Amino acid sequence: MSNAATTPPRETVIEATHGWRFANWQELWAYRDLLGLLVWRDFVTRYKQTILGPLWHIFQPLLTTLIFTVVFSQVAELPTDGLPPTLFYLCGLLAWNYFSQCFHSTASTLAANAGLFGKIYFPRLIVPLAGVIANLVSFAIQLVSFLTILAIYQASHPNTTCAPRWQAIVFVPLVLLQLAAFSLGIGLWLAALTSKFRDFGIFSGFLIQLWMYLTPVILPLAKVPPQWHQYVALNPVTMPVECFRYFLLGTGWLNVSLILVSISATFVALVTGILVFQRAEKNFIDVA
Amino acid sequence: MSRPIIEVRGLSKRYQLGAIGATSLRAEFSRHWDRLRGRPHPDSREFWALRELSFDVQPGEVVGVIGRNGAGKSTLLKILSRITEPTSGRAVLRGRVASLLEVGTGFHPELTGRENIFLNGAILGMTRTEVRKKFDEIVAFAEVDQFIDTPVKRYSSGMYVRLAFAVAAHLDPEILIVDEVLAVGDAQFQQKCLSRMRNDAASGRTILFVSHQFNAIAQFCSRCLRLDHGRLIDEGKPADVVTRYFHTEAQQPLIQALADRPRAHAYRGQARLASVRLLNATDPTGWKLPFATSPTFDVGVELVSAFPTLEFSLCLIDGMGQEVFSTVSGWSAHPGPFYPGRASVRIECPRVNFAPGTYYAHLGIRSQVASEDHLVNVCSLEILPVYDARWPDADRMSGLVREAARFTVVSAHGV
Repeated sequence: MSNAATTPPRETVIEATHGWRFANWQELWAYRDLLGLLVWRDFVTRYKQTILGPLWHIFQPLLTTLIFTVVFSQVAELPTDGLPPTLFYLCGLLAWNYFSQCFHSTASTLAANAGLFGKIYFPRLIVPLAGVIANLVSFAIQLVSFLTILAIYQASHPNTTCAPRWQAIVFVPLVLLQLAAFSLGIGLWLAALTSKFRDFGIFSGFLIQLWMYLTPVILPLAKVPPQWHQYVALNPVTMPVECFRYFLLGTGWLNVSLILVSISATFVALVTGILVFQRAEKNFIDVA
Repeated sequence: MSRPIIEVRGLSKRYQLGAIGATSLRAEFSRHWDRLRGRPHPDSREFWALRELSFDVQPGEVVGVIGRNGAGKSTLLKILSRITEPTSGRAVLRGRVASLLEVGTGFHPELTGRENIFLNGAILGMTRTEVRKKFDEIVAFAEVDQFIDTPVKRYSSGMYVRLAFAVAAHLDPEILIVDEVLAVGDAQFQQKCLSRMRNDAASGRTILFVSHQFNAIAQFCSRCLRLDHGRLIDEGKPADVVTRYFHTEAQQPLIQALADRPRAHAYRGQARLASVRLLNATDPTGWKLPFATSPTFDVGVELVSAFPTLEFSLCLIDGMGQEVFSTVSGWSAHPGPFYPGRASVRIECPRVNFAPGTYYAHLGIRSQVASEDHLVNVCSLEILPVYDARWPDADRMSGLVREAARFTVVSAHGV
């Protein structure tokens, strides 16, 4: 009872909010322990009751690469920028898989956590953030398997020019950050839209499938005719994927203005994504 | 008195009934189409779950909230827990808030008890250091120390609930908001939780508590609010508010028609349950009995064929789903004979002091050949809190049955 008198009590005012709200960083920081625990929960529970566990992250890109190599490289004879097809596809998938996983985990935030959100308050943004961080684990596993295969290739082909640009390797985390930010932005948009119209839940699965073909995962950007480059620039995932190849395999087609466009698009997607998500989230429970 | 710790002013919440259904683009388009053509869309009704609600809670008060289903209790808790926003009005909470609308929110079945304590603690707003400090206390309270490193999916439901409540009970908020969570767990653990909450209240914590268990409200709240259609319609001492609630609340008719109730199975149906009526209700408006009174039912039966005798069974279930009483006519004498048409059978329960609370009845009829009819939850009846001087403190005792026993001295050797 004397608590209130001695220390100034924390005051929570509850009323209808109007208009748009941006993320409350101070509050997110206060919930950092929860963020850490959600990341850890994701990591611990993801492989329970699976036989292969984290090995799935190695098999999935390897099998996809195998199919791509057979279908696109051998049968369709699509070029791979002078790189060995296996390394070309693996590297593209490394970046793409991280993007698509983050997109999925973010887009399903509201629907997948309806039970939790209906019973307790915490800043809802914590959940997609935790997903994006937890997905780094599978990224790391895939990166290690990629580097192993690269090392094996280099050992068996002593004359290859295919090698990571070690002096520029510091940019890889930055590109990864951009991928995380962009997938978060787009994912938040879809999470917000799905909360209102379930149609977008179906749409998002299909969107990501088509999106891969609009991204140079299978076809190198250098093969795209120059007059189409302005359209390619519209896809903000293009540059990060090319950057990965450039930094990890030494070959890729980079363009500063396209990179700037991609970064600006990421920024816009993230900011507007947070705004629409925050707006959808406050009434999500009423319509769920 | 200092400033109220909870201040609610003109709080309102409107639900758009149409919006709840409109979760597909098609429905949304059809709504806009109707609006364009100036036709009222069948779904565009609105509903006020809370309407201009205002009240204050002083620090250290334990306030119970009652009201029938749909009165706005849950909406109020959801707004105060910041799960949803009010449409208008405001509420100010002065202090650290913890809300407990469910036990075990965020529990993950694959994680061990230990891991879930940390996760659940964080979800409820505790820091890791706080959880670590209280960890041993939580485990001891939940009585699960041997299983603390077992995944909770292997827990019995009782253990699960105990662990979940234990985490919540060790939150250290200045304001605790609790929904019906006590409706889970065994009676003994419930008493433990209630006494824990009572201690919290005694140490100055402010508690807002929603319950259908009037007994619990009467036991430990210092004030009671009653909501109806989203408005505050009564407040005062819990016993008074609860009594007035029982007197004014529209009740189920004293005679319940059963003929059209859906059956769980296709029974033979040569003898069917048609109605049930509580004969000894305290007042003519409700299915209510004072403590220490046993119910007497009249069961209406519709018969297609004649039977020399029929076996009747009755089971009473308490609000927690526990079967507390069962009887079958074979233990005394089967009623009979019956002829095609209508009949009425009286079931007089022996005098048993059931604990105050809500009870549901299941009824069944068997002939010598088959199960003729069976219905669950034919009625709910309320055993009122104890206001009887013959049973001092009967409210404070636990036990589904509270009976007098004979106590005599068998030997007393003085020194």
